[in-house]
Amino acid sequence: MRLTLNIWRQKSPTDQGKMVPYSLDNVSEHMSFLEMLDVLNEQLISKGDEPVAFDHDCREGICGSCGFVINGVAHGPRRGTTVCQLHMRSFNDNDELYLEPWRAAAFPVVKDLVVNRSAFDRIIAAGGYISVPTGSAPDGNAIPVPKIESDLAMSAAACIGCGACVAACPNASASLFTSAKISHLGLLPQGQPERNTRAVRMVGQAMEEGFGNCTNIGECEAVCPKGIQLENIARMNRDYLVGAALYREPQAEGGAG
Amino acid sequence: MALNSRTPSGPIEKRWDNTKFEMKLVNPANKRKYNVLVVGSGLAGGAAAATLAELGYNVKCFCFQDSPRRAHSIAAQGGINAAKNYQNDGDSIYRLFYDTVKGGDFRARESNVYRLAQISVNIIDQAVAQGVPFAREYGGTLANRSFGGAQVSRTFYARGQTGQQLLLGAYQALERQIDAGRVKMFPRTEMLDLIVIDGKARGIVSRNLITGEVDIHIADAVLLCTGGYGNVFYLSTNAKGSNVTASWRAYKRGAYFGNPCFTQIHPTCIPVSGDYQSKLTLMSESLRNDGRIWVPKKQGDTRQPQQIPDAERDYYLERIYPSFGNLVPRDVASRAAKRMCDEGRGVGPSGLGVYLDFGASIERLGQQAISERYGNLFEMYERITGDSPYSTPMRIFPAVHYTMGGLWVDYHLMSTIPGLFVLGEANFSDHGANRLGASALMQGLADGYFVIPYTLGNYLASASLEKVDDSHAAAQSAKSEVTGRIQKLLSIKGKRTVDSFHKELGKYMWEYCGMGRNKQGLEGAVQKIRGLKDEYWQNVNVLGESNDLNQSLEKAGRVADFLELGELMCIDAAERNESCGGHFREEYQTPEGEAMRDDDNFAHASAWEYRGEGQSAALHKEALTFEYVKPSQRSYK
Repeated sequence: MRLTLNIWRQKSPTDQGKMVPYSLDNVSEHMSFLEMLDVLNEQLISKGDEPVAFDHDCREGICGSCGFVINGVAHGPRRGTTVCQLHMRSFNDNDELYLEPWRAAAFPVVKDLVVNRSAFDRIIAAGGYISVPTGSAPDGNAIPVPKIESDLAMSAAACIGCGACVAACPNASASLFTSAKISHLGLLPQGQPERNTRAVRMVGQAMEEGFGNCTNIGECEAVCPKGIQLENIARMNRDYLVGAALYREPQAEGGAG
Repeated sequence: MALNSRTPSGPIEKRWDNTKFEMKLVNPANKRKYNVLVVGSGLAGGAAAATLAELGYNVKCFCFQDSPRRAHSIAAQGGINAAKNYQNDGDSIYRLFYDTVKGGDFRARESNVYRLAQISVNIIDQAVAQGVPFAREYGGTLANRSFGGAQVSRTFYARGQTGQQLLLGAYQALERQIDAGRVKMFPRTEMLDLIVIDGKARGIVSRNLITGEVDIHIADAVLLCTGGYGNVFYLSTNAKGSNVTASWRAYKRGAYFGNPCFTQIHPTCIPVSGDYQSKLTLMSESLRNDGRIWVPKKQGDTRQPQQIPDAERDYYLERIYPSFGNLVPRDVASRAAKRMCDEGRGVGPSGLGVYLDFGASIERLGQQAISERYGNLFEMYERITGDSPYSTPMRIFPAVHYTMGGLWVDYHLMSTIPGLFVLGEANFSDHGANRLGASALMQGLADGYFVIPYTLGNYLASASLEKVDDSHAAAQSAKSEVTGRIQKLLSIKGKRTVDSFHKELGKYMWEYCGMGRNKQGLEGAVQKIRGLKDEYWQNVNVLGESNDLNQSLEKAGRVADFLELGELMCIDAAERNESCGGHFREEYQTPEGEAMRDDDNFAHASAWEYRGEGQSAALHKEALTFEYVKPSQRSYK
């Protein structure tokens, strides 16, 4: 098939950037979307033009590196699918496609379709963990976990941190991402000691990064390639509320030594 | 230099405990005075960086991805082994040790493997405490499954995403240390050289992939946790960014490369569909628990699979290996698939594929049960191929998946350069000539969480390290070599793209150093690869500049190193005149076509020493002794 691709080209974070049209022939329906871009890039290099920069790594839909907006939809038209797993059979001959990077103040563009998502790492660093130094764990079966809770935790933990939820949200909110981690850990008995402070710190960090608030629109869930559900946001709000009400500054009293 | 593996003696179950006790300790107050560089943030690197920071060391951690959470460990699907014996089915540390030594076709070090089996139980405890959501039974206990032909159920799993969940556990522990200020993280940063001062590893040269800045990082020890080199084949199940550069730079600075030809070809991957193919997708080995593998009995049978009656199908694994059937180890299953295709009985448009059929299981257990077990994998298969495995048998073919070879390390995980430690898939590992399923996650985490914290401390406590800084001549010359190489790549301005060279290299590797190898082919491949390398440095076209995000330039440096590695792999494969595990030399097979080991002449690990441009590498041998698991012909019949 033959495609017209309008791709966002932006040389650097400070560059203005613009859409540039390309046409591509002989696209096979068996190609993945990124393989189609590989073919375009090989042609561009042969002509002496710089190839289009895009993030990608595993190409199996699990590392979360890839992602951009295709015709206004994060990760493109197929539900529950990252762009690396999207195949060209989802498109038709003579389609015209518009490819843009994630747009959000907290995700500045690095180059072309590549954005900086380090804000997500800082949200995790603010509390998205269970503090258990290596070696201090009890036996794996010491604490039974009901299967239902364990399965719910797993569903939340499936988040790949790609950022599509932010790109799709009119508020550029990171609530789905943040709540997925808060839910995953908060549903497990191991996560209880830090449950409230975790929510307060992570939500606070998301605000500080410049992500917007959640207004229950649900675009995030619609584009999430891993099917992370809105109910996680409700859990996050509950933990945040309880955490904020009970919040105490940590106090250290001297004299232990 | 003679290889000293520092393998302890005494009863095998006491070796690690005794070694730990004998090791020197670093005073808690002194740990923060030591700087440690961890290159790579996967299971080995993430676990090591987090654990060392918890102990109090000053850690810098590097990854080329935009976040440490994206390391390729994330893609592991099936599970992680541990000798917990929660299922009461006869498992034990000794049995996991035994299975791993045998599965590795007697080419691994017994002491290392035993330690790995011992530590396996601690890994599960640690991961559960971190909140890794392993599958559970209704009573709330951890679930297990049998995996990859093991006779016991010792594999722990988190749906089909075990690697992701274990990596996120390590990543979260790492982020906690980053927040605490004990780890400084350098994402989108690639290691391009190792700095060796007075014979010891003292730092690295890195390139910031966004700004192009080339920097020197001086430290007291360097840990390479940079994964495997399967991408030398161009097409593999590895992530596109996975590369050998960090290991290769260390090799060229004096670290020996162990068993480079030992690669694992995984039997269940989606077949290649065209020239544009950029990578191969693994379908978890767990599928073989319920899927039956077959090809038509007739050559060139082009009927749809549903139209081929049972009597005209050859369930060849069940036929040849009646006791293990579809669950034979990976190397055996891969070679059998190749034989079927070589006989002209392969399926699909290219003839390079076999069927993996769930029809019988769906009939027996119902679609619901199969969907609960493999739903996400079936969906992935359908997304890629357009066919639903519920109604049409999957088509699968072997693909490069893992490299057992890597930098040679001693029992302390230290390479032949003092102060350079190598962890996880990057080292030549505990898997011998073939890795069993669900053992890679185990090894990466064992090295990172539970081995390196002890052995690194012992090194630092006993090494006398002079104070050096960036201005040291060795650091400056390494840096200028790196910038010179980058400028050279950009200045060639030839006619061929980096990918076109990489694809050509991959073709040679797959054809001559893949599932079947022979001396003549390997020797020819060495010549072809040398020619390709010469052309590369005259005719590659790398556009753009060195001072911004330039993905072609990143690839160009990596492919340059793959070209050199490919040659060494072929040399190593030609040198090893036997068949063992994933290394199948066509000249050395039994009349039934099974691998024929030569324990009299090849019961050793090969460690290659770099001796300079244009010189051939020198081979050193570490003899392997088997006191506990006596070498025998692996038989899965």
